[in-house]
Amino acid sequence: MTMTFDDLLPLMPLLIVTATSVLAMLMIGVRRSYIVTASITITGLLAATLVAISMMDSTNQQITPLLIIDQYSLLFTVLVCASAMLIAILSFSYFFELDDHKEEFFLLLTIATIGAIVMVSSNHFVSTVLGLETLSMSLYGMIAYPMHSKQSAKYPLEASVKYLVLSAAASGFILFGMALIYAQTGTLSFASLTDLPMAADSLGDRYSIIALLMITAGMAFKLSLAPFHMWTPDVYEGSPIPATAYLATIGKAAMFVVLLRFIRVSDALSFDSMVTALTLVAAASMLVGNLLALLQDNLKRILAYSSIAHMGYLLLALVASHYATGTLAVEAVTFYLIAYVITSLGAFGVASVISSSEKEFDSIKDYRGLFWRNPWLASIFIAMLLSLAGIPLTVGFIGKFYIFLAGVESDLWMLLAVLVLGSGIGLYYYLRIVYRMLMTEKHKIPYRVGGVESVSAYGVLAILLFLLLLFGVYPAPIMSLVAAASAFI
Amino acid sequence: MILVVLISILFFGGVLAWLSEGLDSKFPRVIALTAVVIDLLVMLTLLGADAGDSGWIVQLNAQWMPRFGISFHLAADGLSVLMMVLTAFLGAVAIGSAWDEITEKTGFFYFNLLWTLAGVIGVFTALDLFLFFFFWEVMLIPMYFIIAIWGHENKNYAAMKFFIFTQVTGMLMLISILALAYFHYVQFGWFSFDYVDLLKVNTSSAIEMWIMLGFFVAFSTKLPSFPFHSWLPDAHSQAPTAGSVILAGVLLKTGAYGLIRFAIPLFPEASMTFAPFAMTLAVISILYCAKVAFAQTDIKRLIAYTSVSHMGFVLLGIYAWNEQALQGAVMTMLAHGLSAAALFMLAGGLQHRIHTRDMDHMGGFWAKVPRLSFVALFFSVAALGMPGLGNFVGEFLALLGAFKANIGLTVAAAFGLIFASVYSLWVIQKVFHGAYRNSDFDDSHLADLSRREMFYFGAMMIGLIWMGMYPQSFLDLSAGTITQLLNETGQVLFAVGQ
Repeated sequence: MTMTFDDLLPLMPLLIVTATSVLAMLMIGVRRSYIVTASITITGLLAATLVAISMMDSTNQQITPLLIIDQYSLLFTVLVCASAMLIAILSFSYFFELDDHKEEFFLLLTIATIGAIVMVSSNHFVSTVLGLETLSMSLYGMIAYPMHSKQSAKYPLEASVKYLVLSAAASGFILFGMALIYAQTGTLSFASLTDLPMAADSLGDRYSIIALLMITAGMAFKLSLAPFHMWTPDVYEGSPIPATAYLATIGKAAMFVVLLRFIRVSDALSFDSMVTALTLVAAASMLVGNLLALLQDNLKRILAYSSIAHMGYLLLALVASHYATGTLAVEAVTFYLIAYVITSLGAFGVASVISSSEKEFDSIKDYRGLFWRNPWLASIFIAMLLSLAGIPLTVGFIGKFYIFLAGVESDLWMLLAVLVLGSGIGLYYYLRIVYRMLMTEKHKIPYRVGGVESVSAYGVLAILLFLLLLFGVYPAPIMSLVAAASAFI
Repeated sequence: MILVVLISILFFGGVLAWLSEGLDSKFPRVIALTAVVIDLLVMLTLLGADAGDSGWIVQLNAQWMPRFGISFHLAADGLSVLMMVLTAFLGAVAIGSAWDEITEKTGFFYFNLLWTLAGVIGVFTALDLFLFFFFWEVMLIPMYFIIAIWGHENKNYAAMKFFIFTQVTGMLMLISILALAYFHYVQFGWFSFDYVDLLKVNTSSAIEMWIMLGFFVAFSTKLPSFPFHSWLPDAHSQAPTAGSVILAGVLLKTGAYGLIRFAIPLFPEASMTFAPFAMTLAVISILYCAKVAFAQTDIKRLIAYTSVSHMGFVLLGIYAWNEQALQGAVMTMLAHGLSAAALFMLAGGLQHRIHTRDMDHMGGFWAKVPRLSFVALFFSVAALGMPGLGNFVGEFLALLGAFKANIGLTVAAAFGLIFASVYSLWVIQKVFHGAYRNSDFDDSHLADLSRREMFYFGAMMIGLIWMGMYPQSFLDLSAGTITQLLNETGQVLFAVGQ
């Protein structure tokens, strides 16, 4: 198999990000400069985003058996690169005062983004594993990054090791499942999955189910779906906020796109036991995530548990995609992922601009009176929380609307009932944070007073708020984009 | 277009009020009052206008989310306009009651007040069910802020309860809306959330009942009706006066409006099957909440329970579904809007003056504050249904119509009028008569009603007397809507009967 120049063109976003990482690495070798490394990273990611946007209308090509570059993968390439860029801007101010070498964080972030782009473009087990491991390996480093900081009160190393060990175990599950599939079909392409023996009582049938369940379990771990969610709150809490944001948004979105392609292409839901398994996981995630979040006082832990619930909502739409005739359920997954990424980035972004690597403000007590002290920042945070709760005017509501519609179309009444229950419980802990911000301040909390370096971080929040309201009030353009892209799945 | 202008004035007025606080903390209230009065004047030009062939006085239909056939469809008929006028009038009154009471963070307060009103006007005019749900939720958030920031001692609990009750039942309604839109998709091949389109959907009766219940639960929580009423006493007792006025006067009416406009016309068959149950719930609300009201010592909780009781007549009238009963329900909505708002303002005014809501500490106020006491007596007898005032006309018509539909339940409901007299007069006796003793509270601020207060109480009195003496002027305004709704459901039911 030879690659021609024509094959390289659709890979432009990937190549740009790769070149960015090389350039950033060389730059660090020549002369350490925080601002220059950050600028290279941000510019590179921006360029990749813009190139991916320009390619979206015309490109639909399988590049080698490993990567598919179609409108859907490009849509998520845009999402991944743009989010990575925004996180890079947030981390610039967050790590500004770190008492250690700061430049390599951007290197890790760029390499993680390469992994994420490969994942969203993959329709082959090899590229899935390559992308997944590239992403995870970089994340271990990002999570442990401030470990030499003397004042860091958190446990980045503990979080990193925890994530490393458990994530490696989950990868083991995925690989073993793939091996079982390979043993039967002889290839590693997703498309071969349709050849899996499905006849009842044959040995192959049971192999297939075990293989599919193992892969799904491994992916469910990475998505922190119940009952594979145990690591989530600890890792979220121990990581520096930009790394948490990366893990929570890009890490989850990329993994979900792989899961979606895998389930759709393999038609894995034609096994009844797979439907049952996913239904139970979805219901358990919605309940566990929302119930356990009630008991938390730490913002990062609350968002960790709420992310478990949100992944459960997404899984509902994934199950619905099996019953629905059109692409509506796929659109629901797609739109909800976009909404979730925007909203989570905003929520972590607010925590990030008032924190630094030396002192994080992540207890909900720290937000008391924020509304009266800094109304704009608090309004952004309230908007993000209401979006997570799915209240109108925000993108989160349109996302919920999609999920509800997909569920209604597929007659998933039980899961919808759990969704209503879960969302009702969810309101309580989101409003708890909102109420803290509305209370009067007792004593002045020593937030980080941003210098020039945090101006851009506020810019990021403004962009996210704009997108949140735009997609919440006038979603028609993004809806048609999502509908067009979803036709490729 | 005029409807968009009405809503925009409130939206932008709210933003302007918030921003103007930086200049002077007295600007927001002036801006808010100006915005609401402009709205009110514009609405009055629509009052009594001819609906024409389409059945709508004004209408606006623009594409919003074509992927799902969702449009930005606003329209108003006689009923909507009547409700909008009530909203704007009580909005102005609420601003009056907050004028001196709200002294902290005024900008954000009036921002929330205006946004609540904008959401309510949206609810009264939306004809696309997605848009309707959108406004339904939008009016909640500012109300949550009003209770959570300017409320009293237990505000967090009350605000949270209010929000969760309405939001969770709202989600059930969303599922019902989506199911209905999906049935439209199955029958006609395209998605539509438009009221006019959805009226044509035929659903099998088993499913129809479940979908209708989704709407009913959401609306009867907002109304509120037994057994979904328990958020209301908490919300009312903790909310600032202006919040209570909006809550009792306007927000509760959106539930009744939703039943009249959506729940019954969209599902005539299921609704008629369900009507005896709904009317039973109404009777339980009327009698049970009247009894509970009598047991309260917190004056705001008492008025809140009486609200539930009076709204029971509205529910009874709606599910009787004939012309007199519906006219009675609409009339009760208007009259109760004024009388309950006035009573909450009096309770709030008392609390502002003596810092307690506990009636055990009150007594003999007539000698001290005669004007306030007289106003309280007036609105209490209005609420208990004295002939000559608006509430009597409404409740009488509701009972008259309900009598045709279900004699037993109507007889039981009529006892509510007697209970209303008992608790109303009991409150008057307890608070305003007897010997005055001031040992339990600091009465240094116990002043009689000011001229500003007399002005808006006077306006509300005139409204109630007008409704009581010349009800036909109001009945004419909503008659067109009601006969049209009755005709439409009548045709469906007739076809089913065949």
